[in-house]
Amino acid sequence: MTYSLRTSLLFLLMASLILGEGLLVSWNSALGILNFGLISAILALGVNLQWGFAGLFNVGVMGFVALGGLAVVLTSTQPIGEAWSAGGGRMILALVTGAATIVVAVIANNRLRGRARAAAIVAILIVGFVLYRFIFDPAAQAIEAVNPAATGYLGGLGLPVLMAWPIGGLLAAGAAWLVGKTALGLRSDYLAIATLGIAEIIIAVMKNEDWLARGVKNVSGLPRPMPYEIDLQKSESFVASAQSLGIDPVTASTLYVKLGYSLLFSAVLILILVAAQLALHSPWGRMMRAIRDNEVAAEAMGKHVTKRHLQIFVLGSAVCGIAGAMMTTLDGQLTPGSYQPLRYTFLIWVMVIVGGSGNNLGAVLGGFLIYFLYTKVEVWGPDLMQLVTSGMADDSSLKEHLIASAAHMRLLTMGVILLMVLRFSPRGLIPEK
Amino acid sequence: MIDFLNGLVALSNFVLIPAIAYGSQLALGALGVTLIYGILRFSNFAHGDTMAFGAMVTVLVTWWLQGMGVSLGPLPTALLALPVAIVATMALVLFTDRMVYKFYREQKAKPVILVIVSMGVMFIMNGLVRFIIGVNDQRFSDGERFIVSVREFKQMTGLREGLAIKTTQGITVIVAVVCVALLFWFLNRTRTGKSMRAYSDNEDLALLSGINPERVVMYTWMIVAALATIAGTLYGLDKSFKPFVYFMLLLPIFASAIVGGLGNPLGAIAGGYIIAFSEVTITYAWKKVLKYWLPESLEPDSLVQLLSTDYKFAVSFVILIVVLLFKPTGIFKGKSV
Repeated sequence: MTYSLRTSLLFLLMASLILGEGLLVSWNSALGILNFGLISAILALGVNLQWGFAGLFNVGVMGFVALGGLAVVLTSTQPIGEAWSAGGGRMILALVTGAATIVVAVIANNRLRGRARAAAIVAILIVGFVLYRFIFDPAAQAIEAVNPAATGYLGGLGLPVLMAWPIGGLLAAGAAWLVGKTALGLRSDYLAIATLGIAEIIIAVMKNEDWLARGVKNVSGLPRPMPYEIDLQKSESFVASAQSLGIDPVTASTLYVKLGYSLLFSAVLILILVAAQLALHSPWGRMMRAIRDNEVAAEAMGKHVTKRHLQIFVLGSAVCGIAGAMMTTLDGQLTPGSYQPLRYTFLIWVMVIVGGSGNNLGAVLGGFLIYFLYTKVEVWGPDLMQLVTSGMADDSSLKEHLIASAAHMRLLTMGVILLMVLRFSPRGLIPEK
Repeated sequence: MIDFLNGLVALSNFVLIPAIAYGSQLALGALGVTLIYGILRFSNFAHGDTMAFGAMVTVLVTWWLQGMGVSLGPLPTALLALPVAIVATMALVLFTDRMVYKFYREQKAKPVILVIVSMGVMFIMNGLVRFIIGVNDQRFSDGERFIVSVREFKQMTGLREGLAIKTTQGITVIVAVVCVALLFWFLNRTRTGKSMRAYSDNEDLALLSGINPERVVMYTWMIVAALATIAGTLYGLDKSFKPFVYFMLLLPIFASAIVGGLGNPLGAIAGGYIIAFSEVTITYAWKKVLKYWLPESLEPDSLVQLLSTDYKFAVSFVILIVVLLFKPTGIFKGKSV
């Protein structure tokens, strides 16, 4: 079977899985899977840039996804004037102080030598930290005191929500630059642990800094690019056209909104996919793969390995940030407590490995397929368990337990899929050419 | 003088004792990670979930024992259940090694591939634990709660500050010391232990001198399973058993192992205590201690807490980064493959 035939067949299979969901279950659920599948595909493309192109082992995907989500709040919500006047200026001053401390410490690290260096860095950090907390604490308190039940944060810029997607990418890229500057150039598994830590810290910041985005109190009712279903149901022209198509207006309105998101997301996916394909086949992409396959040789050819790594790490993380912003837009709320590494980091890795690392189409397919399975196993698990336990007595506590915990089978299934693919088809469903 | 003592007691109660217990738990976890790294040469991401599995078996056996009416008096029944759990965890990791890791070892796969494989194992173990016991908090500690309680201590000494030592904290430290002593005796004195160290130092030379690598790997997994189960159970006894928490422990455990020097058992122990003490001291509100130690005029009005407890990950992370940047092989020279 040729490469292109195999690829088309696999994508056809994926499409028929989603169509089958639509025909057999409901179009609502099929579109839901399609939308999250599109986001997953973009995430997988981002990780594939880092791992597939350059061999960088980033297990902090969750952090960049969360930053994308944060960007939606910071961009699209209305600024809270009262909070800004209460402590906005002081907060900015505090953040500038914090950043300046780190910059000065880095300069000291580069300029000074020996004991003076250590002493200077420690002194700068201590003074900077005390100063920072001195300005920061009252500012945060003042902001959080403003109407804490409804707001209690600074709010955003009040820009259109679609602007949040590129801004989410930029925010993630900025964080990735900082991480990359310090952690790249370490051995692969050290980088993994460093990124794992960064992701946890980003989530901790988002959970605890209430002045920023309300922390675990969540920000809900974010502006959205599509109209609300309720408004559509009220619009006479919409109801009329739904009825002329023979669909119930309530169903029609949800389908209309979801379909709108699908189109938006598809546009982003296609844009990023085309860019990634062009990059892969450009001299730059060849250089990246050369570095991945043999760093020493690439360095001998005059390639600046660390710089290139930093570049692609930032690019890949930016893509993850965009996907994160899209996901929060789709949800309509930012809930920092819901970011879990198994779901937002390791599942993305399963997508890339199963799809085929180093191949963009593979990553996209992996994104769709694994997300589909991840959602469906949760549904199939209990059904299957019903079947398995049908021979047991109805009041057996074991039966009850088995059925109740069957929903947890999906993590197990993901692990088995990952191990099977690694063992029997280590290059994935659509291998790198 | 009495103020100084009061401050000292408060310091022990809130910082020293919890940090020693937590450090012992981290050290046991980090020893497992470091042994895998030294012998099998990869970072095992499934270690946290191995700990969760071991602790889960302990919880289940403890419940069964409690149901039978067995108890250890003042000591938690979990200690009786521990050997069973160790054997079960050994069986699980040896089975995993045979089914999963062995294939890649024979292929001489790159370490990073093994790390990805361990991610798959992590998913499976995590799913298994959730499947068997669910995601909720489980309490399984019983017996006497305190060795020294706050009230007793106050009556005994007449100080204003109380000192409490939980039974679980005492047990943690004792068990950890015994484990570490046994481990070092095993590594330094027995033939198998020596062959493990030889294999870790130089694989080719070890093979040349007739050491059977599969045997070394098998013993390593068994020791790691025992350490992981003990660490997981002690952590569960001290706090409470919650499957997800063990995954979160992965970061401080890796940080401990790396700070000490990956592949170096002594370093793992030192690293565990360094991480634990930094986490606790930096996230502790020092006001309570300082109010005794500083003259009244200097008494602080804020809590003097450097970072909120939610940022304890940031502490292990910063230490990790600083060590990696300035001394990549760790404090005690580890491997840097």
